[in-house]
Amino acid sequence: MKSHLAAAAVVALLLSGGQAWPQSAATAVAPDLPYEAVPGFFKVPKGDYLGELQGVATNSKGHIFAFFRGPRTRLWEFDQNGNFVKEIGKGYYGFMFAHSVRVDRDDNIWTVDEGTNVVTKFDPTGSKVLMVIGHRPDQADGPYATPKGPNPPDGKYTLCRPTDVAWDPQGNIFISDGYCNNRVVKYDRNGRYLTQSGSEKPGKGENEYNLPHGLQVDHDGNVYVADRTNNRYVVLDNNLKWRTAYTNVGTAWSACISEGPHQYLFVSNSNPNGNAPGSWAKTGQIYKMELNGTVLGKFGHAGKQAPGFQVVHMMDCRDPNALIVGEIESWRMQKFVLRGTEAAGPRASGRKKGSR
Amino acid sequence: MKRLALLLLAAACILPASAQEISYDTSQPLTLPKDTFFGQAMGVATNSKGHVFVYTRNGEPTVTLGGSRAFAHGGSSLYEFDANGKFVRQIGQQMYGLLAAEAVRVDAQDNIWLVDRYSNMVIKLDPDGRVAMLLGRKPESVDVPSTPDMGRGSPPGAGQQSDLFQSPADVAFDAQGNIFVADGLGNARVAKFTRDGVFVKSWGARGTGEGQFKQAHSIAVDAAGNVYVADTGNSRIQVFDNDGNFKRAITNIGDPMAICITPGPHQYIYASNSNPIDDLDRGGDIYKLELDGTLAGHFGRAGKLPREFGTVMGVDCRKPNQLYVAEAGNWRVQKVDLH
Repeated sequence: MKSHLAAAAVVALLLSGGQAWPQSAATAVAPDLPYEAVPGFFKVPKGDYLGELQGVATNSKGHIFAFFRGPRTRLWEFDQNGNFVKEIGKGYYGFMFAHSVRVDRDDNIWTVDEGTNVVTKFDPTGSKVLMVIGHRPDQADGPYATPKGPNPPDGKYTLCRPTDVAWDPQGNIFISDGYCNNRVVKYDRNGRYLTQSGSEKPGKGENEYNLPHGLQVDHDGNVYVADRTNNRYVVLDNNLKWRTAYTNVGTAWSACISEGPHQYLFVSNSNPNGNAPGSWAKTGQIYKMELNGTVLGKFGHAGKQAPGFQVVHMMDCRDPNALIVGEIESWRMQKFVLRGTEAAGPRASGRKKGSR
Repeated sequence: MKRLALLLLAAACILPASAQEISYDTSQPLTLPKDTFFGQAMGVATNSKGHVFVYTRNGEPTVTLGGSRAFAHGGSSLYEFDANGKFVRQIGQQMYGLLAAEAVRVDAQDNIWLVDRYSNMVIKLDPDGRVAMLLGRKPESVDVPSTPDMGRGSPPGAGQQSDLFQSPADVAFDAQGNIFVADGLGNARVAKFTRDGVFVKSWGARGTGEGQFKQAHSIAVDAAGNVYVADTGNSRIQVFDNDGNFKRAITNIGDPMAICITPGPHQYIYASNSNPIDDLDRGGDIYKLELDGTLAGHFGRAGKLPREFGTVMGVDCRKPNQLYVAEAGNWRVQKVDLH
C-alpha cells in the first residue's frame, strides 16, 4: 500500500513538471471517508457577520474560538453547541489582520495576527493579555509601503507576517513566520528565543521554506510545518532539525494534529483563490493521515455552497471525528462529523484528558 | 388597455430614431433616520414586497496605519426602506466587503445582491440580510503609494478566465438562476456562474469590436435568457445569448450607463444615457426600448432639480411604469412615475 502511494506521488510529481501552480500539487490515491456536515451549527448574532475565517480553535470545554477578518479583525467565542458567547479583544492593539487562533493545554487563547506582526497569549477568559511576541510596526512611520526586493533580515523578537503558533508538552512555543520571513522559530515557555529553522530567504531545500503557513506539534515534540508554496508538509524534531516531508497531499495550507493517545494529522488541499474552470475538481479535500505520513483517507470538496469548502484556511481537530473548518472565501466555518472511522482510534469525546 | 398597448407598440415601431417624450412625475419618498444621508447613490432595487434597497457610497474606505501592510475598511452602506419609503434598517454595518458601492439587485427569490467595486466582490444576501454566497475576494491590502489597477495575473481588460473580479459593476440572473457579473470597469468582460457559484466562463475584453467592451457597466437578462450589457464608452447595449455569443448591438440611445429589464409577459428595457459627472449639458435622459431595440420613448434630462437626473447609476423597473433611479451626482434616489 505504502509503495503504491509513493508511486502515485512520484507519477504526479513528474506530471506536474515542478511548476509552482498549486493545482499541480501531487495527491495520493486515498479512500473517501464518510462524513456529515452539521448545518447551521454556529449561531451568529442577529445583524452581525463573520468575515474571512482565518482561525478556528476549541478549548477543553468544547468552546469554539473564531478569529476572522471583518471591518476590524475580531475574535468570537461560541459554546459547545454553537451559541455565541462573547467577543474577545474588541479594539485590541494586536488585532489588525487575523491569521490563526489556537488554544493551549491550559486553555489559554493565542492569536496570530499578520497585520500587527504580533502573537498574543490571552488567559482562558480572554480578559487578560499574558504574553506578546513580536512588534507592531509604528504608526509614526506612516502607511507601510509594499516592500520591493528581498525580505529584510529576520530578527529574534520581530516577526514578519507570522502565520501560526503551537507548543510542545514542555510548553515551548513554536511560531511559523511567515509571509516575509521563511522560518520556524522556537521560544521557551517564557518567550525567550531558543533557535530557528530557515531565515528570511525563501527556498525549497531542507531547512528552507517558502511561505510556512501553519504548524502543529505532536505529543513527542515533533513539529509539522505547512510549507505552502512548496506544496509539502515538513516534519522537524523538537530542536527544529529536519526529519522528512510529505508531498502527496496537495497544496500545503493548513495542518491540525488531534488530541488523545492516538494522534492523527489532518491537512487541507485548499482550493486557491481565482480558480480556472475545472480546478475545483482537483482541490478542496481534507486528508486524514497517520503522523508517519500514511494517508488514511479524505473528505470534502470545493464549492461555494455549504457543505462545500471555499479556500479552507484552518481546521480544529481536537476530536478527530468532529472537525471545525474555517474558510476564507465563503466567510464561514462549518462543523463536520466523520463517520465510520471509530475503528481507526478511540473517539475523543468522553475520553480521559490526555497527559498535560 | 391591451388595445392601447398594441397601439403604442405599433406607434413605437414606426417612430424614427427621434424618440417621443414620455410624460412623467418624480418624487423622493425614501426617508433616512436623523443625521443619516445618502452619498453617491450607486444602486437601487426593489423586492417582491415593494421594499427598496439602496447601496450608497456615503463614507470613505479608511486605510489603517501601523500594520504590516495598508488595509482598507468600510465606506459604503446598504439601507432598506418599506414600500412607502419609511426606513426599515441598515444591513451589513459589520460586513467585510462593503467599501465602494457599485450596484444592488434583488433576484426572483428576494435575495439581495451587492456589487462592490473596491472590494471586487459580488455578495449575495438572503432576504434577512445574512450572507448566502460570495463571488470574488476582497484584496487583502492596498498598495502604498497606490499603483494602477493591475488585475491579478494579467492586465485588466485582457479577458482572463477567472472567478476574481477587477472593479465589477453589476450582476444579473437568468430564469435558471445562473449568475452574470459585469466585470466591469477594470476588466471589460462578463463572467457567468451557475446558481451554486461554479465559474462557467467569461467573455469579452477591452475594445470596440463585437463582444468587446469599453466598460461593461450594467447588465440585465431577459426572460429568454439573453444577456444585455451596457457598454459604456462605446455608446451601445450589446446583446448576447445565454452562452455569450454576440447577437446584436442596440445604438442611438446615447451612452448607456445603467439598464434594467422589466418583468412580465411584455418586457421593456430602460437605459439611462447618464450625463458625465462633470457635465449637465450632455445626456441625462432615460430611454424606454423594446427588447429588439425599438425605441418606445424617452424622458428626463441632466440637472439638479427634481425631475432632472444627475449621473444615474442604477435603475429599478420591477413595475414597468414606476422606476426608482439612483443618482451618483445628486446623492439621492428618485421615484419616477411614467404616464
